[in-house]
Amino acid sequence: MSLRPVLATTAAVALGGAAGALLRWGLGEAAPDGTGFPATTFAINVVGCFALALLPALGAVRTRPTLALALGPGLLGGFTTLSAYAEQARVLLADGRTALAATYVVGTLGACLLAVAVAGSWADRSTTAQQRQDLAAEGVEE
Amino acid sequence: MTGLLTGLLVALGAAVGAPLRYWLGRGLDRPGSWHVGTLAANTLGSLLLGLCTAFALEGAALGLLGTGFCGALTTYSSFAVQARERGARAGSAYAVTTVALALLAVGAGFWCGAQVA
Repeated sequence: MSLRPVLATTAAVALGGAAGALLRWGLGEAAPDGTGFPATTFAINVVGCFALALLPALGAVRTRPTLALALGPGLLGGFTTLSAYAEQARVLLADGRTALAATYVVGTLGACLLAVAVAGSWADRSTTAQQRQDLAAEGVEE
Repeated sequence: MTGLLTGLLVALGAAVGAPLRYWLGRGLDRPGSWHVGTLAANTLGSLLLGLCTAFALEGAALGLLGTGFCGALTTYSSFAVQARERGARAGSAYAVTTVALALLAVGAGFWCGAQVA
């Protein structure tokens, strides 16, 4: 791969990722997770998963690979987070709130997998296998 | 004003973390196999966030390294979509491994940091 597409791709993912993280941070400031069930991070991850699985259904994304990268691995990759989720579970476990930690860990995983199953089946119906393969080759799922 | 600065640092950290995850994925993930690159990014980011917490980072430093860099280096959405693509059996194994490694990594990072801090 020559330098130009590498730079364009990096810039697209960086810009999208910065916007996604800002959005996640802003939501956390507006509605802090507090000490109970981390509802804000839960909602961020479920919504982000749903949107990423739905992305191939967006016509503009299929014709503009750079936009696909800015929105997929960029915006939605930066919006959702596994590290905060793991850290929140660690704090709940350290506080001896094992049941709540387990509910959060399993609940987020289940809800996110369900969200991609539903959104993914919608996207599958509005795209061809070739279109999805082309998007995957661009690294939209990375 | 502090809020604005923290927001800028969150964006800056994420502008580094997100492309790092992307290129780890492009470089190490193989079609039809495990997403080793994404798994590595998720595990590494969780380890680093555990360290950040142990060092009691807050404000601008936490925004840059924790919320920005670690938050964007790790991802739930790519991982969940990848798990679906892999099908029920391999996808479940990938999902459980990702979550288990993230929990272990955040615990290890926190423990290591607590020894030093």
